[in-house]
Amino acid sequence: MSEMSALPGAVAGGLVDIRELGLQGMVTLKADLSAPETAAAVRAATGTAVPDQRRIIETQTGAVAWMAPDELLILCAHGGADSMVKLLCNALKDIHYLAVNVSDARAFFAIEGSGAREVVAKLAPVDLHPDSFGPGEMRRTRLAQVPAAFWMTGEDSIRLICFRSVARYVFDCLAVSARDGGEVGYF
Amino acid sequence: MSTRLATGGRLVNRGAQIEFSFNGKRLQGFLGDTLASALLANGQVLVGRSFKYHRPRGIVASGPEEPNALVNLGEAGRFEPNQRATTTELFAGLSARSQNHWPSLEFDIGALNSYAARVLPAGFYYKTFIHPRPFWKHVFEPIIRHSAGLGAAPKDRDADRYEHFYVHVDVLIVGGGVAGLQAALKAGAEGKRVLLIEQTAAWGGRAPVDGGDIDGTMAEDWVNATLQTLGNMSNVTLRPRCMGAGVYDHGYVLAYEHVSDHTPGTDAPRHRLWRIRAGHVVTATGAIERPLSFAGNDVPGVMLAAAVRDYVVNFGVSPGDRTVVVTNNDDAYRTAIILHQAGLSVPCIVDARPQADGELAMQAKALGIRVATGTGIAAVRGGKRVTGVALCRQAGEGATTEEIACDVVAMSGGWSPVVHLWSHCGGKLVWDEARACFRPDPDRPPRGADGEAFVSVTGAANGDFALGEILPDARVEEPSEMPLLPVWMMPQGAGIAKRAKMWLDFQNDVKVSDVQLAAREGYESVEHTKRYTTLGMATDQGKLSNINGLAVLSHALNAPIPQVGTTTFRPPYTPISMGAIAGEARGDIFQPVRRTPIHDWHEDNGAAFEPVGQWRRPYCFPRGQESQAEAVAREITATRNSLGLLDASTLGKILVKGPDAGRFMDMLYTNMMSSLKPGRCRYGLMCNENGFLMDDGVVARLDEDMFLVHTTTGGADHIHAHMEDWLQCEWWDWQVFTANVTEQWAQVAVVGPNARKVLQKLGGDLDLSAEALPFMGWAEGRIGDFDARVFRISFSGELSFEVAVPASRGRAFWEALHEAGAEFGATAYGTEALHVMRAEKGFIMIGDETDGTVIPQDLGLDWAISRKKEDYLGKRAQARAHMTDPARWKLVGLQTLDGSVLPDGSYALAPGHNANGQRNTQGRVTSTYHSPTLGYGIAMGLVLNGPERMGEVLSFNTVGDATVEARIVSPVFYDPEGEKQNV
Repeated sequence: MSEMSALPGAVAGGLVDIRELGLQGMVTLKADLSAPETAAAVRAATGTAVPDQRRIIETQTGAVAWMAPDELLILCAHGGADSMVKLLCNALKDIHYLAVNVSDARAFFAIEGSGAREVVAKLAPVDLHPDSFGPGEMRRTRLAQVPAAFWMTGEDSIRLICFRSVARYVFDCLAVSARDGGEVGYF
Repeated sequence: MSTRLATGGRLVNRGAQIEFSFNGKRLQGFLGDTLASALLANGQVLVGRSFKYHRPRGIVASGPEEPNALVNLGEAGRFEPNQRATTTELFAGLSARSQNHWPSLEFDIGALNSYAARVLPAGFYYKTFIHPRPFWKHVFEPIIRHSAGLGAAPKDRDADRYEHFYVHVDVLIVGGGVAGLQAALKAGAEGKRVLLIEQTAAWGGRAPVDGGDIDGTMAEDWVNATLQTLGNMSNVTLRPRCMGAGVYDHGYVLAYEHVSDHTPGTDAPRHRLWRIRAGHVVTATGAIERPLSFAGNDVPGVMLAAAVRDYVVNFGVSPGDRTVVVTNNDDAYRTAIILHQAGLSVPCIVDARPQADGELAMQAKALGIRVATGTGIAAVRGGKRVTGVALCRQAGEGATTEEIACDVVAMSGGWSPVVHLWSHCGGKLVWDEARACFRPDPDRPPRGADGEAFVSVTGAANGDFALGEILPDARVEEPSEMPLLPVWMMPQGAGIAKRAKMWLDFQNDVKVSDVQLAAREGYESVEHTKRYTTLGMATDQGKLSNINGLAVLSHALNAPIPQVGTTTFRPPYTPISMGAIAGEARGDIFQPVRRTPIHDWHEDNGAAFEPVGQWRRPYCFPRGQESQAEAVAREITATRNSLGLLDASTLGKILVKGPDAGRFMDMLYTNMMSSLKPGRCRYGLMCNENGFLMDDGVVARLDEDMFLVHTTTGGADHIHAHMEDWLQCEWWDWQVFTANVTEQWAQVAVVGPNARKVLQKLGGDLDLSAEALPFMGWAEGRIGDFDARVFRISFSGELSFEVAVPASRGRAFWEALHEAGAEFGATAYGTEALHVMRAEKGFIMIGDETDGTVIPQDLGLDWAISRKKEDYLGKRAQARAHMTDPARWKLVGLQTLDGSVLPDGSYALAPGHNANGQRNTQGRVTSTYHSPTLGYGIAMGLVLNGPERMGEVLSFNTVGDATVEARIVSPVFYDPEGEKQNV
């Protein structure tokens, strides 16, 4: 039987294009981010360093994002998440850590177009000014009434994740905020 | 009559005539008009009635301080009451109706109240409570309810949409007058990220009307040049139609943008609430002119002097042909000069000061305008419109010295800085004796977390009324002004008859005599006086009445004004729409609705949903004409006899991992969790530190240092937060990580005698036999082609497997179970069947048997409380005297003698009554259902000494007078030996 993401194929237009991006591999890693073992494990598993506070580093197969002082989110292929967890477990077995596949706990959206910053700024209390936020930055925050996190993959392109159960709510919030006529003209 | 002038009107476009209606009358205005200027242009001075006496009310002001010109605006889904005509931009098709009159604006029966003013004094409303007592309910209340209220309440759903917008700036400047523009220039040149907001559609504040030259150009040209300069700065954003509504801690400011009020029907949001974080806030909010208190100052046609010239200069509208200016300062002379230049008549400038020889006064005199000094207004002639004024000596008691015919009185009692935004977050004020106004105290500003001022003030908002004070570095040419004379009553010796006609608060009908009466009745605090007299409590929040009122109070109390102080300035500055506050949160996205991976199937199969936290869970699945009760009974019977399927995905699932995980689990739960073996499950209770039961659930030990905690559906988030609270704040040195993985898994309870068969039929690599996977065991492997964790736990008393699969496979797994289970009559069941089945088994439910005051011992759960452990959260609290009191009500089962279902929340009656005359009680029902399995009503309840009273019959109350008899029994009604689940 097929695997299903939260809102398969959902799209909305207006000031931006909003798309549900289907299933995305995601692994939560909790560990002492300053430990050399953590750095080595992250590099071995993803090929990159531990990102700094509020940063995200894109890799060939996904990305590594800072989530909290002791937490990272690793993006990878959906089918590769369990092996990513195993990789981390093997590399970290000598220190205290937690690695878990959370791919299916999430929904994943793209917000693309010149109004991307504005649409998100209607819902999230984040400084989205280009001087403060751009590709490489990661924000774990609130979107309307639910938790969410987002980052930019290009000047006009935002990737956003939320919990799977509220995918419909988040999509609807984004869609109404993107409706034509709501241009702010701020950024 | 007011009318449109042949020329002039800097803000209107005379080429763009638009039609609108007032009280059904079709009228014409120009693009750029406000509703107020358009009404005046059409000769409509009378716009409403006052709140209490239903006195005729005319337009007084030209801005947000307007107390009178409130209208019911729009129709149906765009209807909104209490809209200020002075700040409503005119648009084609605008329809407005006047408020608070019956049967018509011109003839209003309520105006009779005005003749009864003697019996409706200050505090009338409160006095009706006291004496005579029966009158309140039968006489006063119905009358007050009928006549009170301004606009009508909207009846239709709001047709518009609204939104929020979050921005972070270095400097936020509120107010787009000369002072705000200058502040923006400075901050912009320093490279800061600047947002400048202005509440109206036009920039420049008062300067374009009031004149003066800046650096050799007219003020208006300076404004336009400055706007251009700012427009070229990429770090500066200008936002008109955006009002600073409130200033809060940490530089948080709310601003209210009218996005499409002036262009309704477009797809744009109507209002946008800007939620701004500002490093620094500059208030350049200007000042508001004060009325003068003379008898009849509320008659339509009495206006603020600056408003009169605003209508002439900005809109090309003459408020009337003959205007008497009455003032205590030089500024009002500008009105006389402008009216004269527009070809209108100014028969007299009435100046309360003994002398008037400032530059503006000299100019007026040079134009031939008569100036009467040391003079005041004794009375205003006219009812629905000014017809003249009687003059008197300001120093006297008001004997008429002269009558002058006029149709407008332009009054000016000086200016009050708009200190609202400065004051919202704690900024203090000082009384400026020379200018007779409260102004921000630079030594006591609103302070941020660093102890530094985060709000500063500039321009007229700071009491700096002259251009030269606002722009100290510029070359400014403007007439110099002589000091004003504070005038709080005109004439100063007016008797009671006159004082009872001097309005302070035009909207709420508070007069000088009312404030003086309050003072005589012992009201000393300005805050109490405000509430007693309703001074400043109208929708304008005292923008015109505040200072005049407290000056009158201070005189009545013989205390200096600063000692009496001001009332509190609270946000918002002017009312903002409820829609703007709600933003996007309406309709389907009023609140988040959480959906499981199987939710769509439930919808497709006719589920009746119930909210469980933010989740929607199927309550039951009625088929065809089936009632909900019938569906629940069918689901239970199917489950008990063959196979039921429950979507249990909402169950909280939290990973707890680390070397100290066992120790942590022992603290969280009342029972021992560290001794649990990998591969096994254990039911546990969680208490808060006060000992009260907060959550329960099954813990599975995944491996040596990892536990999977199952919480209740509603508990997942707050139990995770509870764990993190203890880990981060108390046991920060314990090596434990937690992760909330609730949504990673779709979980299905496969329940009933055929549960094992259907799973075995799906195949896979798991041995599900009773030997390999015994009760309270768990295993990981494949069911069919699904990766699964299988927990042999039961909340129904039947053979039961809870199977978790990745959420992305949840829907497929659910359908596979139905397909494979068809031969067993696989039946989806909802939360009500779940509840009934657990109650039949005597299992407690968090939120039913617990309510935040119940401890596990009350529920007979002592077996789940470890005596071996040194500590757990709640242990010490449970040892306190009240918790160990044997008289605490304890859990029992209740079975009605007649088989009926006990009412939910019903009390067990005890003999006698308590001190309040209420019936004594000895217990209460916590859960109650009809058991289709047993065929009668079953319940659980907490009863005094319950477990020792087995077999005793108690009476339970109902909503009516009847009582229901029920016998105390064991709470386990079904399969007490647990033979059915352990197979």
